[in-house]
Amino acid sequence: MDKIRIQLRVNGEDRECLAPVHHTLLEVLREELGLMGTKHGCELGECGTCTVLVDGHPILSCLALPVECGDREITTVEGMAGATLHPLQEAFAALGAAQCGYCTPGFLLTAAALLRDKPAATRQEIAEATAGNLCRCTGYLKIFEAIEMAADRMRSVSQPLDDGRLRKRTGTETGTEKARA
Amino acid sequence: MPEENRQDLSVIGQPLVKVDAAAKVTGQTVFADDLVLPRMAFARLLRSPHPHARIRTIDVSRAAAHPGVLATLVGSELPIPFGILPVSQDEHALCLDKVRFVGDPVAAVAALDEETAEAALALIDVDYEVLPSVMSIDEALAREDVRIHDYGPHGNVHKEVSFDFGKVEDGFAEADHVREDTFFFEGNTHLPLEQHAAVAAQGPDGKLTLWSATQTPHYVHRALAKVLEMPAAHIRVIACPNGGGFGGKSDPFSHEIVVAKLSMKTGRPVKVTLTREEVFYCHRGRHPVKMWIRTGLKKDGRITAMHFRTALDGGAYGSYGVASLYYTGALQTVTYAIPRYKFEGVRVFTDKPPCGPKRGHGTPQPRFALECHIDKFCADLGLDPARWRLDHTVSPGTITANQMQVRTIGLRECLQRVLEKSGYDGKRGRMGSGRGIGLAGSSYISGAGLPIYWNAMPHSGVQIKIDRGGGVTVFCGSTDIGQGSDSVLAYVVAEELGIAPKDIRVVTADTDLTPVDLGSYSSRVTLMTGNAAIEAARKLRALVLGAAGRKLEVPVERLKAAHGRIWDTADPSRALRFAEAAVLAEAAHGTLGAVGSYTPPRSVAKWKGAGVGPTPTYSYSAAAVEVSVDRETGIIRVDKVWIAHDVGRSINPLLVIGQVEGSVYMGLGEALMEEQVFRKGLHKIPSLLEYKSPTTLEMPPVESILVETLDPQGPYGAKECGQGPLLPVIPALANAVYDAVGVRIDEVPITPEKVLAALDARYRRPQMPAVAYPETVAVAPLAPAAPAAAPAADPALRP
Repeated sequence: MDKIRIQLRVNGEDRECLAPVHHTLLEVLREELGLMGTKHGCELGECGTCTVLVDGHPILSCLALPVECGDREITTVEGMAGATLHPLQEAFAALGAAQCGYCTPGFLLTAAALLRDKPAATRQEIAEATAGNLCRCTGYLKIFEAIEMAADRMRSVSQPLDDGRLRKRTGTETGTEKARA
Repeated sequence: MPEENRQDLSVIGQPLVKVDAAAKVTGQTVFADDLVLPRMAFARLLRSPHPHARIRTIDVSRAAAHPGVLATLVGSELPIPFGILPVSQDEHALCLDKVRFVGDPVAAVAALDEETAEAALALIDVDYEVLPSVMSIDEALAREDVRIHDYGPHGNVHKEVSFDFGKVEDGFAEADHVREDTFFFEGNTHLPLEQHAAVAAQGPDGKLTLWSATQTPHYVHRALAKVLEMPAAHIRVIACPNGGGFGGKSDPFSHEIVVAKLSMKTGRPVKVTLTREEVFYCHRGRHPVKMWIRTGLKKDGRITAMHFRTALDGGAYGSYGVASLYYTGALQTVTYAIPRYKFEGVRVFTDKPPCGPKRGHGTPQPRFALECHIDKFCADLGLDPARWRLDHTVSPGTITANQMQVRTIGLRECLQRVLEKSGYDGKRGRMGSGRGIGLAGSSYISGAGLPIYWNAMPHSGVQIKIDRGGGVTVFCGSTDIGQGSDSVLAYVVAEELGIAPKDIRVVTADTDLTPVDLGSYSSRVTLMTGNAAIEAARKLRALVLGAAGRKLEVPVERLKAAHGRIWDTADPSRALRFAEAAVLAEAAHGTLGAVGSYTPPRSVAKWKGAGVGPTPTYSYSAAAVEVSVDRETGIIRVDKVWIAHDVGRSINPLLVIGQVEGSVYMGLGEALMEEQVFRKGLHKIPSLLEYKSPTTLEMPPVESILVETLDPQGPYGAKECGQGPLLPVIPALANAVYDAVGVRIDEVPITPEKVLAALDARYRRPQMPAVAYPETVAVAPLAPAAPAAAPAADPALRP
């Protein structure tokens, strides 16, 4: 199997690996880089489970090729928490917004991008932003509440939303925006 | 004070964070497909492209010679049949001589990587003789000449039953009004976001370990031992946390057996992860059911008799189907008073993916029919359907016509609460064109009263050890599928020992390390593991508090343990830390460990078939659904759902509400859009995009109300909450659509096409096929206070 050398910047770290040329970003993250926090539900761009941020934008990693991402900043769920949990992670845990937890990384990253652009997102804006992420456990309501709780907290402590990894880069757009969004 | 009425609880009832929440929000939960082992190989299964065919030959030689292929496997290497129920051992890990649905596995390959395994499948030559296929209930009943299995009473009938409880014809003779209706409930599937995955590794000692996304590691353990012909003691099954289950990971699956065998053949760990399309074909989801219901009533609304018929499309294999069939007739009687009851049912085989248990197992279909039928007969008699439901709920302590034992029942309170909150009385019939409200009640089991296979052992076991540092480890076979069963164990043990849940480590779902729990199905886990955990923890509590009392020179009755401390209630300055007391107890008694177990009470029902339906206690729910229906497009928008659930007692209200909201969501999906449909044996929509499920944009606001009846059977009074709240949502929505636009859609899903057809008077009502049900078994009513002497498993489920 033909392999190519891939260089990626993931969660602020420069990573390098050899990967089969046809491997998607999802496969490279999970199989070559061992970042198992990114999950998959269809590998066809239909469920939002594999969402990661590329230059701050939510994209479906199952539809992205690593070569598209070579000079871009990739954020996975492993990059959300530092020494403490991200406010979104705290809120998802506190309100029971993660039941089985399988869709959770995708929702967290989609929500992080939303709150960067719209720190006071309304319930309708939250529903629209996450419409491409399926969850079968929660009925979405606890997820909405958790995003609202995190937004409140992030605004009240005026914590900087731009911590470098969730940075929105102007100019280029990545090719695979959310299928359902 | 009775145990269930305890008010002095410090952990139980609190909205605590789940013990595994941090792992889940950081992506650190290890699901089965996240496992990577040294030298791990990858497997893929070749599946049948035909719905029904005889296998003439299979030639794997070209695949075996393909570079990178480590091993191939065909059915003749695993000839022993298996199946979840002892009574229908009709599956093979890989088909032997016949395939029975598109997707039936016929061969497998292990290779160095997944792509190579996939490529090698194309090199397997299978010579099929295509057979006529049977794709519907009506075809299965009509085509006696095409036989899918060579067992069952006749033709494609898998199982047929007929029971008359209390001479139903006498009840119809007394009736002032008799109404008949026919309904259809289309099949749908669980759609867990995690695709099934499994990893098997045979160690150097010859012992085998299987990690799998399964809800029932104990049953997988038994199936592996049987098919692999290995001692169960040499097999270890570990259920990874499930990325959603809903019943879809409750059967032993062919891919689990296949990776085990391939690991033995290659001497390496072998992983398989199903594609989303394969998950649709593995299925085991909601049975399509045709239903006919006839009810006799007095003018004042009292039911004199009910006759209920069902016909289930079982798909290609038995799975849980015998139980599913009985469930379509079991729980009609535990909600509203039905003095005489007759149930006839048939489950047929068809050449489609096997159906099995999905949330509510076999009861959402008849509940949909019954609750719509109630609204219809109330209209016939000029009765208010809400008032009728309130007036006819069964009384606590009732033994129903079919000998189901109702203990506590919060149905009336659930109905009252949703009526108040929703403003139903002021809204029904008054909301204006296109808007409406509907109501329904329901009930579900808090765990099946009998195990799946005959045995006299406990259904759930818990073992606890206390470390010298005061750390507590709880071992239990239960499987966390997202519902929070690991957390419930921690809460219960923390409550009993007076420590914090975060100071407890929970080890679950590992057949080598943990005592058996039968699995995460039938809404059994909180009640059964909770009771087992209480028993184990109280043994240790007695030792620890006894040692503390001796040290503090205080009688044990005066001690209180909470928040990691033990103190004298008369003089709180006399206190010890839990860890100090644990050291004193170990010094006095030796190593600190204890076990507890739980077996449900014996059912009073004795008729053959009465193994399905009994439970330690029934949960109850009621829902009101408000909708807007667009007469131009037929699109139904759900504006709001009010739901009340009798949970006995909330162990953690946060988790209970999560289960209730998730149930509402899943019920709405089934009511409005989800359907597992086929064309010439092929699934029409095997993808997450085309199989429509509700997104964030379809989910309405939900007001959840918890009703606590404090049932003596439950831990601290708790009942189930994971499945029951789905049940009333579907009929309440159907009743709301009728209120909104005046047409009855007697089937689900209620799609825009059906609404438009009904508005144009083009809707074709479901028809019941002509079924020759077997000779009716007359079941005599129980004599009052009959002694309970049920067998340890239902004879109908025995081989």
